Amino acid sequence: MTSTDQTRFPAGGVTAPPAGSRPTGRASSRRAETRRKWYEIVGLTTPALVVYVTFVLVPMGFAFYYSLFRWRGVGPPTEFVGFKNYVLAFQDPIFLDALRNNAIVVFGSLLVQGPLALGVALLLNRRFRGRGAFRLLAFVPYVLAEVTVGIMWKLILTGDGTADELLRALGLGGLVQAWLADLDVVIWTLLFVLTWKYVGFAIILLLAGLSNVPEELTEAAAIDGASWWQTQRHITLPLLGPTIRIWMFLSVIGSLQVFDVVWVTSVPAVRSLGASATMATYMVDNGFFARLWGYGNAVAVILFVISFVAALLFQRFLLRRDIEGAITRRAN
Amino acid sequence: MAMKRRAGAVLALLMTSALVAAGCSGGGDDDKAAPESELYKNPVTLTWWHNASQDGPGKTYWEKVAKDFSTAHPTVKIEIEAIETNQLQRTRLPAALLSNDPPDVFQAWGGGEMREQVEADYLKDITDQVKTEVADIGSAAEIWQVDGKQYGLPYRMGIEGVWYNKDMFAKAGISAPPTTFEELNAAVTKLKATNVIPIALGAGDKWPAAHWWYNFALRACSVDTLKKASTDRNFDDPCFVKAGQDLKTFIDTKPFQNNFIATPGQNDPTSANGLLANGKAAMELMGDWNRGTLDTVATDKAKLGKFLGWFPVPAISGSAGDPKAALGGGDGFACAKQAPAECVEFLKYLVSPEVQKGYAATGTGLPVAKGAADGVTDPALKSILTATSEATYVQLWLDTAYGSTVGSAMNDAIVAIFAGNGTPEKVVSAMKAAASK
Repeated sequence: MTSTDQTRFPAGGVTAPPAGSRPTGRASSRRAETRRKWYEIVGLTTPALVVYVTFVLVPMGFAFYYSLFRWRGVGPPTEFVGFKNYVLAFQDPIFLDALRNNAIVVFGSLLVQGPLALGVALLLNRRFRGRGAFRLLAFVPYVLAEVTVGIMWKLILTGDGTADELLRALGLGGLVQAWLADLDVVIWTLLFVLTWKYVGFAIILLLAGLSNVPEELTEAAAIDGASWWQTQRHITLPLLGPTIRIWMFLSVIGSLQVFDVVWVTSVPAVRSLGASATMATYMVDNGFFARLWGYGNAVAVILFVISFVAALLFQRFLLRRDIEGAITRRAN
Repeated sequence: MAMKRRAGAVLALLMTSALVAAGCSGGGDDDKAAPESELYKNPVTLTWWHNASQDGPGKTYWEKVAKDFSTAHPTVKIEIEAIETNQLQRTRLPAALLSNDPPDVFQAWGGGEMREQVEADYLKDITDQVKTEVADIGSAAEIWQVDGKQYGLPYRMGIEGVWYNKDMFAKAGISAPPTTFEELNAAVTKLKATNVIPIALGAGDKWPAAHWWYNFALRACSVDTLKKASTDRNFDDPCFVKAGQDLKTFIDTKPFQNNFIATPGQNDPTSANGLLANGKAAMELMGDWNRGTLDTVATDKAKLGKFLGWFPVPAISGSAGDPKAALGGGDGFACAKQAPAECVEFLKYLVSPEVQKGYAATGTGLPVAKGAADGVTDPALKSILTATSEATYVQLWLDTAYGSTVGSAMNDAIVAIFAGNGTPEKVVSAMKAAASK
């Protein structure tokens, strides 16, 4: 943030100009300008705020309200049960399975997608023939619709499907698994599909970050005799820090809320046994299919709180440096 | 990773509609039923939600029916919306009913869900207007009754049984369809010897697997116990545990294909349906609609028509259940409480012999009206009609009868037995826990 930005948009609220610092005649025009700025802010943010409040905040409030009822979606909720739905959720082994699966997806995404995307991005950042085509290929899975990806992988991974045939043709028949049916395997299968789908997003983010690394620095390093590895390790990586942290944040939040790919790819029976359930699929299975609307809302609130806490922790500890001055406080 | 807000958004939308409902439920529940003489006097529009959403004879037939009714009664305009079953049953209908602006005529499956809808005062009591139709339909109409009052009428009804490949049976040396489970087990052994899958099972969709347990419960429990379970949600009788034990013994004979836990039930060539239709498996337990769904996945429809046969679920010797009882279910329609009186007339028209005959001819299911039976020509479907009329008691699918909450918990616990990590006792405890959820 430059200093002009700070005077234009003071973060801590509009403060009156210091008294006596300017001639009085100009003070009133200054006040008029401040007022005009406020009209501008109110005028420009009101539509967004109305939409946000109506479709995000109010429904969230209602979700919490309904989560306190034993309610099956027939007639208005009348049977108040307090926090019983929350207790029931944490007592349900299938919900705990869903939590565990979400944790696997969160850490699996970070540990697999991160290094993979970084490696590919560093490669794609070098000049070579067909670089554009490779960049495009890396990004294609991310552009495909979730449902398309889910159905595609479901067909590939089905028993004696393409994946099995391919492994056998390669002489790796021993590796063939019931990819979507084996209760111990299915979550890793899903992690693979999710990685395939979303690694392109990480690659593109990192490539964008790489293009911001000033060439002068790498040139200077080269003149000083640094090897390619040393340049990446000591110049590129540190400068990529903000991009990596933002990607981690998006990845964690996305992994906690993951729904469509899992819903489409996984088999209902396997999901209901907990092997491939996530918090979001558990919410839909229970809220709509078992018609436990109050309970489903409780699960939605739990999912929200977990995501919210994760977001806050990220902001507090990892993203603090990157967004300092922008939303946290004014830089001195 | 992109944010996945869609599920949240759907829920949020429902919450908002629920809010509207909560605000409006105070008034507007006057019964607008016009006296008989005022029928067809004023122009009315009936909105009709049904589940024949896929393009095909079923959907086209309902369009024709609506058009014919409007032609006969020019004051009535019918607006159709065809919605996929799960969407219709799980989200669209509950939300529309809550919002106090429901469709006039809509799909009704009877059982526990209908009981809840009646308790919330959503449905029109049509008992007095449809006496003739109910008498014609017979005992099947009871599924659309709550405490002796009629709230809907079925247009399709059938019992469940085993669909089988006659050629495979002949090749394996099985002379007659099994009538007891001992005979079924023997048939499974013989079929295995000829290297075919004895029974195809779509456990991936849960309910096709759960239906095996339902049938064991039907054989283990007395009719009285079953009736009591539907009305009181009381599952204390030891016969419900026995059902699970019998099922476990049956699964241990390995009658199903490999990986059945991931196999879908119907609508795709890799499904259990596809295994039977394309000559890979010898049997499949399924309802009367299977004739049509087998056709859609068969590569050689003529061949399928030749080898396909049907027999009732075998009896278990020495058990408390009635060997002539059968599991079944159907599709029906109900009128919303505030729907105009013409709605009931339309319901009556839907189950009239004329419309029912045409429905039978579409081949999408078995008709309920007595006069329509001769519209059925397929031999397998004819054997179902005979078995239905010979059944001493037709128990509605247990998940429908007990309502979605108990039904869903029950199905999940049964699937766990199939997956090898459930127990017969856990099915019953899951049902009891869900009943109080």
